[in-house]
Amino acid sequence: MPEENGDGKSKTGVLEKAKDSAAALRETLTEKAKQQATELKEPEKTQLYRSIFRVKHDEEPRNRALSVLSNVFFHLHPAKVNRDATKYNFTWGMGGITFYLFIVLTFTGVLLMFYYHPSKVQAFRDILYLENDVPFGKLLRNMHRWAAHLMIIAVWLHMFRVFMTGSYKRPREFNWCVGVLLMVLTMLLSFTGYLLPDDQLGFWAVTVGTNMARATPLLGNEGPGGPQMGMTPYNDVRFALLGGSIVDANALLRAYIWHCIAIPLIVAIFLGVHFWRVRKDGGISGPAPVMLESEIKEERSPRPVILRPSGMG
Amino acid sequence: MPFDWRQIWEIASAPDNVPIVALLFVAPFFMWYALRQGIANDKLIAILEGDAQAAKTKYRKTQEWDPKWEREVHTWPYLMRMEFLVAILVTVLLMVWSLTLNAPLEEPANPNVTMNPAKAPWYFLGLQEMLVYFDPWIAGVVMPTLIIVGLMVIPYIDSNPLGNGYYTYKQRRFSIWTFLVGFIGLWVLMIVIGTFIRGPGWMWFWPGQTWDAERVDYAVNRNLDQVFGIDGSWLAPIFHTTKDQAAIWARAIFGIFPLVIFFIVAAILVHWVCTRTEFSKKIYKRMSLLQLVTMYTFLILMLSLPIKILLRLVFTIKYIWVTPWFSI
Ligand code: HEM
Repeated sequence: MPEENGDGKSKTGVLEKAKDSAAALRETLTEKAKQQATELKEPEKTQLYRSIFRVKHDEEPRNRALSVLSNVFFHLHPAKVNRDATKYNFTWGMGGITFYLFIVLTFTGVLLMFYYHPSKVQAFRDILYLENDVPFGKLLRNMHRWAAHLMIIAVWLHMFRVFMTGSYKRPREFNWCVGVLLMVLTMLLSFTGYLLPDDQLGFWAVTVGTNMARATPLLGNEGPGGPQMGMTPYNDVRFALLGGSIVDANALLRAYIWHCIAIPLIVAIFLGVHFWRVRKDGGISGPAPVMLESEIKEERSPRPVILRPSGMG
Repeated sequence: MPFDWRQIWEIASAPDNVPIVALLFVAPFFMWYALRQGIANDKLIAILEGDAQAAKTKYRKTQEWDPKWEREVHTWPYLMRMEFLVAILVTVLLMVWSLTLNAPLEEPANPNVTMNPAKAPWYFLGLQEMLVYFDPWIAGVVMPTLIIVGLMVIPYIDSNPLGNGYYTYKQRRFSIWTFLVGFIGLWVLMIVIGTFIRGPGWMWFWPGQTWDAERVDYAVNRNLDQVFGIDGSWLAPIFHTTKDQAAIWARAIFGIFPLVIFFIVAAILVHWVCTRTEFSKKIYKRMSLLQLVTMYTFLILMLSLPIKILLRLVFTIKYIWVTPWFSI
């Protein structure tokens, strides 16, 4: 320690002074380093964390609400939900599982697109290549295939549960209709994908499927009224679907574009509407308190319009 | 003929058929799961209806409840942790499935080598099975449209205000039965038939029968007018046409009758079912004319499918109404 004289002024030289401040600096530095090291144990206090998540992660009610509301992915949800609706037994999580499978399919589908050319020369070979040479290619293809089948089962079960809980009743009539369209689109997605490996299975399945289009009333060349409308195998609705009169290169390209671009886009839009409406219609319908027969009210006409602000479910 | 287990195994273990085999277990499970909760709620409803005091004070759910608990909980973490957990479980299931079972890949597409049977993917086999009972324009175009539109009108014709947001059976008997008949009894059943029963040439093979591509079916399908022996050729001189022409017209006119009779009988049946109990009468009175007409039309059309299946499979009748342009 440097010596000090009685009136508090340092008599030491320049060297001493430098030593002095070096020591002080060392002390503050270690202090700071220590402090910051301990702070790292709570990463949610760092500037980086806050810049990303905006709110602290703790059990404060306010922060729990904010972490949902201020996150673009989470804010599909309301901040709070009915206590009974968090259990598995009401929704079976089927809508959520369907949505998750759609995400899995998008992810694996994009990876598959890296290896796939929609042409008669290459399509089948690309699948062989995926199966035998691409690292994890077989797993990738299997996952895409089985997730697609699983998604169809999940949509059906979701619809079944929505029906069994009467969740299509007022005010959710319209969202049920959006759901029906989503189900049809899901099945079409699966069907258009079936042709893409360009093997016998897909070829004959699509041949059988599109042969029905021949018989479309008025628009198919074998349908009632079709010939009278001037339909031939070369201009009817089946021709439009296949881009030709047989399942061939053009059909492969069309299936590819429907499967990888058009239908997923349409599904994404409808999903947006579907989720939006779940919120606007007052959140999940239940588990609601049971209603008794004696409590049925007389039907008023015209029916009152029910408007509820979002997040009040 | 010995019971052919290998054939059954071959069908059930075809990779693309595994989902439908899974559905055979999953669909009944969830049916049971939904009805179980419905019955639990029905018991609660019975208690509340019998006790006016309880109806005012009791918690109207079968879920556990404590007055000290908050009615709502935070989405994070109470709901979202479940969602993440489910996502992980689904991923694991998918991984295991994908590691153990390979997606099918047949020979390269070849228009010259027909697959027999040529089947659509399992979720469309219901439609393909319908081809047996109806001409392609009905099975492939009209029926799918009716199914989609029929599903979409459900919320607008179901005027029963009870059972909104909770499982119940007693309060919604009619709609639940209708849906189960349509979904399980027709749609899923036809898929199962299409997957397990229909072999080469789309012929009917009972479980355990070997799929024999050489088999020939001798069953002769007849039209309803042939069953009744309608022969209109004697009308020819009256209308100054050839005998063939007259026969065609007689057939076309004859076919209208069974169709009209079906619609009348079905309408009466539907009406009887819809007004059977005091409660259904009450709901019936709430419905507008448009709602009633829509509902009856769709129910009658839905009924036509099992009738047509029965006529075809049991009585080997192909068409009911034969006209020069189309046949039903
Ligand atoms: C791609 C397909 C679909 C996805 C991803 C999807 C997703 C969801 C999700 C996540 C929910 C929240 C509640 C839950 O998980 O059950 C929901 C609710 C709902 N969905 Fe779907 N859905 C789909 C198809 C359908 C279909 C086919 C229908 C009916 C025909 C339907 C009708 C409804 C209705 C009415 C609600 C509100 C239910 C309530 O309030 O209890 N959705 N959907």
